Amino acid sequence: MLDYDFMRNAFAAAAIVAAVAGLVGYFLVLRGQTFAGHALAHVGFTGATGSVLIGISPLWGLVALTVTAGLGMGAIGERLVQRDVAIGIVLALALGLGLLFLHFYTAYAAQATALLFGNVLSVDAATVRALLWLGLVTVGLLAAISRPLLFASLQPELAEAKGVRLRLYSGLFLGIVGLAVAECVQIVGVLLVFALMVGPAATAQRLTTRVAGGLVLSPVLALAEAWAGIALAFYTDWPASFWITALSAGGYLAATISPAGRVR
Amino acid sequence: MNAIEFRQVTLRLGGRDVLGDASLAVAAGEIIGVLGPNGAGKTTLMRAILGLVPAARGEIRVFGRPAARGNPAVGYMPQTRSTGANLRLRGRDFVAGVVNGHRPGLPFPGKAGRAEVDRVLDLVGAAALAGRPLAETSGGERQRLLLAQALVGRPRLLLLDEPLANLDPRFQGDVVALAAALRAELGITILFSAHELNPLLGAIDRVLYLGNGQAALGTVDEVITGPVLSRLYGAEIEVVRVRGRIFVMSGGQDMERDAHRHDHGGAHALLGASHDHA
Repeated sequence: MLDYDFMRNAFAAAAIVAAVAGLVGYFLVLRGQTFAGHALAHVGFTGATGSVLIGISPLWGLVALTVTAGLGMGAIGERLVQRDVAIGIVLALALGLGLLFLHFYTAYAAQATALLFGNVLSVDAATVRALLWLGLVTVGLLAAISRPLLFASLQPELAEAKGVRLRLYSGLFLGIVGLAVAECVQIVGVLLVFALMVGPAATAQRLTTRVAGGLVLSPVLALAEAWAGIALAFYTDWPASFWITALSAGGYLAATISPAGRVR
Repeated sequence: MNAIEFRQVTLRLGGRDVLGDASLAVAAGEIIGVLGPNGAGKTTLMRAILGLVPAARGEIRVFGRPAARGNPAVGYMPQTRSTGANLRLRGRDFVAGVVNGHRPGLPFPGKAGRAEVDRVLDLVGAAALAGRPLAETSGGERQRLLLAQALVGRPRLLLLDEPLANLDPRFQGDVVALAAALRAELGITILFSAHELNPLLGAIDRVLYLGNGQAALGTVDEVITGPVLSRLYGAEIEVVRVRGRIFVMSGGQDMERDAHRHDHGGAHALLGASHDHA
């Protein structure tokens, strides 16, 4: 299995992205903002297809639009962002625009499926390098703000009184989520970002009641699910994204109904 | 030194003066019960002391310095609503998240941070329950953890916003006793807001009664009188004392109880009560 270049690239890319998604996802689930992650992925679809149209790599189009959208959502404020009707309309528009861009660039039909559902086995070495740098930046930024972010997530009013600028950290965090989403799309695609960002993090929060434990367990679970998904795809010839979503859902379900997930 | 000083302070919220031209001083080490009808500005007053709501006019001083955000001398327990009620995080980590929380960095308390968490958990008697996930604590237990968070960093002034809301009466007594014990042990100043005066009687030194854009600060006997409260409610108020309990009545209606019911509704009060029994 590891004799093939594309498999080695797939495992490397999945490892980088799983670590990023697991860490960012932990805070996303803790803050109850998982829907924001979903929304950013949809917006990213427009960015990716739009950049293909003007001849830029879809990864950078994704990054540009998801990060901008994340910072913008933070600037507007969480209350507005949680209005589901407004979000729903913007999401539909984002996917619609993405479709329009694809329509103009008809030769790229295969790219559409890859963007929507991911195609980890087609990741090349250059993309792995780009993911590594992006991942380091994402995790570095998250580490720098993680303490005030945790404070603001757990007890916003006290945090505000103690001098934490809630709007600033909310905006920075959603920008970081934008980066992480853009990375996840390379593995599981726009529509399945939840499988890496939310599934492992939510499972980890079921299994441990500690912050440190969660921050270790969440990326480890994401990594295990992503690697197992790729290996299963290799042996079954079913899509890797399917296996990753199945493992993500299965892991969460097991943690929810198991005694370990209920007690600790 | 005065812990809190208001010099001709006007507080405005949404274009309305919730406090007009008020001057008052709270001495260090006092426990003050903050009372008043809904919308009288109890929370706004606390947020002004925290520097989160600027005074429209006048000056607010906290330990001699102008009120400002991020003052480490002030601890705050916001009105709870449902803070953390669904979190799977254990109580200890919920409290530890506050330690140095305003500084950038990683969310792991060092040795000193862990010692601080131990200290505040012991102060509120929550060391034993801090291993459980928040989702599995009762309202009263969560209240202790929130109080522990407020005590992180050794504040000299503690602002407790409605810590008795949604609590079963027998747990209300525990929280009031805990506040009194903290004052005795740490010598800190405490502002304790509440819907009803009676649970606080015996624990507080003075009352700060808000209403009608005005404030009255004094002992219970000075403030809880017909003339003073009539001014604050803008209606004819009668104060009735029955076996050490005080009832504020208007036209035969108990004003404080009435306010309580309007705020939370019977179903919510019942829900909170059953939660504490669980």
